[in-house]
Amino acid sequence: MSNIVVDKSKVPWWVSNVIVPLVNLTLALLVSGLFIFIAGENPIEAVKLIIFGSFGYIQGFAYTLYYTTNFIFTGLAFAVAFHCRLFNIGGEGQAYIGGLGVFLVAINLSFLPIPIVWLLSICGAFLFGAAWAYIPAYLQSKRGSHVVITTIMFNFIASSLMIFLLVDVIRDTNQMAPHTVKLPEAIWLPSFEAFSGILGIKIRYSPLNLTFLLAIASLFFVWFLVWKTKWGYEMRAVGHNTQAAIYAGISPHKNIIIAMCISGGLAGLLGVNEILGVSHKIQAGFPAGYGFTGIAVALMGRNHPIGILPAAFLFGILYQGGSEVTFEMPNITRYMFVAVQGLIILFSGALENLFRPQIESFFVRRLYKEVNA
Amino acid sequence: MVSPILELTNINKSFGHVQANKNINLKINKGTIHGIIGENGAGKSTLMSIVFGLYQANSGSIKINGKEINLRSPRDSIVNGIGMVHQHFMLVENFTVLENIILGFEGETVFGEKLATAKKDLEKLCKTYNFNIDLDATIADLSVGFRQRVEILKSLYRGAEILILDEPTGVLTPQEVDELFKILRSLKDEGKTIVLITHKLIEIMDLTSEVSVMRQGEMVGHTKTKDTNKEQLAEMMVGRSVLLRVDKKEIKKGEVIFKVNNLSVKDDLDVARVKNINLEIRSGEILGIAGVTGNGQTELLEALSGIRKVESGNIQLFGEKISDQDNFLNPRMLKEKGLAHVPEDRQRMGLISDFKAHENLIFGYHDQEPFSKSAVLNSQEIKEYSSKIMQEYDVRPNSPNLITSNFSGGNQQKIILSRELNENPKVLLVGQPTRGVDIGAIEFIHQRLIDMRDRGAAILLASVELDEILSLSDRIIVMFDGKIVGEKENKNVTDRELGLLMAGVA
Repeated sequence: MSNIVVDKSKVPWWVSNVIVPLVNLTLALLVSGLFIFIAGENPIEAVKLIIFGSFGYIQGFAYTLYYTTNFIFTGLAFAVAFHCRLFNIGGEGQAYIGGLGVFLVAINLSFLPIPIVWLLSICGAFLFGAAWAYIPAYLQSKRGSHVVITTIMFNFIASSLMIFLLVDVIRDTNQMAPHTVKLPEAIWLPSFEAFSGILGIKIRYSPLNLTFLLAIASLFFVWFLVWKTKWGYEMRAVGHNTQAAIYAGISPHKNIIIAMCISGGLAGLLGVNEILGVSHKIQAGFPAGYGFTGIAVALMGRNHPIGILPAAFLFGILYQGGSEVTFEMPNITRYMFVAVQGLIILFSGALENLFRPQIESFFVRRLYKEVNA
Repeated sequence: MVSPILELTNINKSFGHVQANKNINLKINKGTIHGIIGENGAGKSTLMSIVFGLYQANSGSIKINGKEINLRSPRDSIVNGIGMVHQHFMLVENFTVLENIILGFEGETVFGEKLATAKKDLEKLCKTYNFNIDLDATIADLSVGFRQRVEILKSLYRGAEILILDEPTGVLTPQEVDELFKILRSLKDEGKTIVLITHKLIEIMDLTSEVSVMRQGEMVGHTKTKDTNKEQLAEMMVGRSVLLRVDKKEIKKGEVIFKVNNLSVKDDLDVARVKNINLEIRSGEILGIAGVTGNGQTELLEALSGIRKVESGNIQLFGEKISDQDNFLNPRMLKEKGLAHVPEDRQRMGLISDFKAHENLIFGYHDQEPFSKSAVLNSQEIKEYSSKIMQEYDVRPNSPNLITSNFSGGNQQKIILSRELNENPKVLLVGQPTRGVDIGAIEFIHQRLIDMRDRGAAILLASVELDEILSLSDRIIVMFDGKIVGEKENKNVTDRELGLLMAGVA
C-alpha cells in the first residue's frame, strides 16, 4: 500500500491527463511485447508490422480510421453515461439494435431524396439505440435495478432478438445465412475510395466511409452537450452528488434516463457505419465486440472527447495493425491481440491508480522545487 | 482510596486545526456508572474513541488499573477489557446473534465444540443480566433495542470490564430505554464499569453516580451526581462564554409570509422525525431553531425547502399552499417563488465538491437567464458573474475555475451563501450556516443574514450553536424529539433556559 498524499490542486493537468495514460499504455505494450517474445516472435518486428499495417499504405490507414469510427461511437456512448455515474456496459446491444433502426428506416424510406434517407437513418440508429438503453435506465431510476446488471442482460436479449429477427422475420429469403437483403446501392454512404476516385486517386477497397465525419461530429456534440448545455450540467450534477442535485431541484430520474438514452443513441450510431456504410445489410453479430472495447476507449480517454479521439485511434491501430501481424507472424493468433487489448484495459482501467500517486507526487515535487528555488 | 479502573491524563487530540480534546483528565472508578455529558462537538465521542483505540491521542496517557497502556487499535482495547457500543451498530444483518458475537473470535475452522461452548457461555451471560435474547435469531429480524443488547452482549463476551455506550438511547423508544437502564444497573451490580456518553440530562440524573462535563473540547467539571442538579449541569454544559452579539437594529416586523401548519415528516427509514409542528415567520424576522442535532431540524428544513415529502399538515408561502401530503413544489419552483435554502450539510447537499467554483455558484439557478439560454450555458456570462460575486462575498481565492473542494470550509460556505442570497429571496431557510467555518467568516456570514433580515426577508435559522441562535434570532423555538418544546422572544432569554429545553428537561 502506498500512502503518498498528493495535493490534487497542484497537479498540472497534463500530468494526470497525458503523462499518466502514456505511462500506463507503455507498460501495457511492454508486457504485450513480452507475450509476443514468449510466443516466439520478435516484438520489435511486431511493432514495425503494426505501424506499417496501420499507417504504411493508404488502404491500411483507411482501415485504421474505419475501426476508429466505431470506437469513437462506443467510447462516447460509455463516456456520456459515465458523466452521470452510470456504467453503461450495454453498448454492444444498443449498437446491435441501432443497426436494426438504420436498416428499417433506410429500406422503407429509400424512395426519399438520398440525403434525407441518410439523415433519417442516422436518426433511426440513434432512436433505436436510445430506446434499447431506455429500459435499463427506467429500471434503474424507478426500481433501483443496477444498470450494470441490466445492460449486460440487455446485450444478451438484443443478441437473441436480432437472431430471431434475422432468421425468421427479416432474413433475405433467397439464401440460408442469417442476414438481410442488401440496401439499394443508391443510398449507400459514399466510401473513401469513391471520394478519392473523384480526386483522381485510385485505391483499393476499404470500409472507411462518410460515417467517419459523423463520428468526428459526435465528438463535438458530446463535448458541447456535457460541458456547454444545462442538460450536461445537470447530468454531471446528478453523477457527482445526487443529494445536492435534488437540493437544487434537478431530477435524478430524468437525468438518468436522458444520459442513458443519449449513451444508447451514440452506441446505435455504430450501425450507421456498419450497415449504411460497409456491409449494407444486417449480419448476425455485426457489433463484434466494439461495444465492449468502447469501455476501454472511454476509460483511456478519461471520458473526454479530446481523450476519446486518440484512444479510439490507438485501438484502431491495434485492430488494423494486429490483423497485419497475425497475417505475417504465424505464431501470433488473433487472440493474442485480444490479450493485448485486455492488457491495455487492465493498465489504463483497473490499474489506473497503480502509478498515478507516484507520478503525480514526482511532478508536484519537481515543479514546486523549481518555483521555490 | 481505591485507584480508578480507568485514568486519562492530559489527553490531547486535534484534527487539522480543530482541537477536539484539550488536556483532558478523567478518572473513572470501578463499579460505577459514569456519565460524560456535553453539547454536540464538545469532544465526548472523540475522547471515547481514543479510549477504545479507534483514534490515537496526540499526547497524554491512559492507565487501566493503574497500569499505563498503549492503545493502538480496538483489539488492544478489547484485550484490556474495554468494550464500546457505538451509536451505529456494527452487526452483520443476515447473521444470527451467535454468529455476530463470535465473529472474529471463532477459535476454530469448522464449527463444533467451541461454538457449542460459546453458546453455553452466552446463555449463562444472558441469564445473569436478564438479556432475554434468542441467540439463534437473525439480526435483521430484531428491533433496534435488541440489536443494542447484542452489542452489549458481544462486549461482555469478549471480556469487557469497562463498557462505553455512545448516545445509547438516541434510537430507542422510552420502553426500550427503561429495559436498557435495567440491564445497565444489573451490570453495575455485578461489578462492571459503565461509561455513558449522552447529551440528555435526564439520563445522567437517572442512572449515573458520577458525571463529567465537556465543553468545546475541554473537561469543565467532575461531580457526584447526587451533589448536582439538572440546572447546574445544563449551565456547565452550555457554558457562560461571552456571546458574540451582532449589531442588530430593532426588529421591524412585517406580515406573516411563511407558515407551517401541523407539519409531520418522516425520514428515509420511515421514522417520524417532525411531529405536528406549527410555526410562522414574519417578514423582517429571524426565527431561530435551537436543539441538539437529530431532533428533527434536518427533516424540517428538508420538508420546508421541498426536498422531503410532507407526511401530514401543510406549508404556506404568501398564503399559498406550497406543500402538503399529496403534492409539493420542488426546490426549483420554490426558488422561483422567492424561497432560498442554505442546507445544513454543504458537502452532502449544498455543493458539488468536484465542480468548479463557477459551476457551484449557479447551482440551482443554472437554467435561468443570463446563465443559460435555450439550454446552452453562457460560459462567459457565468464566469464574469462568478468573479464579481466572489469579490463581493470575499471568497478567497477569487478563482472561478478552481475546483470547489480546494476552497476552505468557510469559503465554500460563502459560495453557497452568495448563491442563495444574491437573488434577494423573500424567505431564507438556513441550516448550520457556520459549521466548520473560521471566526472571520462567521462574522461575515452573520452580518449578511442580518442584512437580509433588515431588507425584509423572513429567515428561519436552524443551528446547534446556541450562541449563534442567541445573537441572531428575534424569536427562538426549541426542538426536541421532533416537537417544539418551547418558544421565546429573544429578550432576556438565557442560554441556561434554552439548554434545559434542548435537553428535554423543562
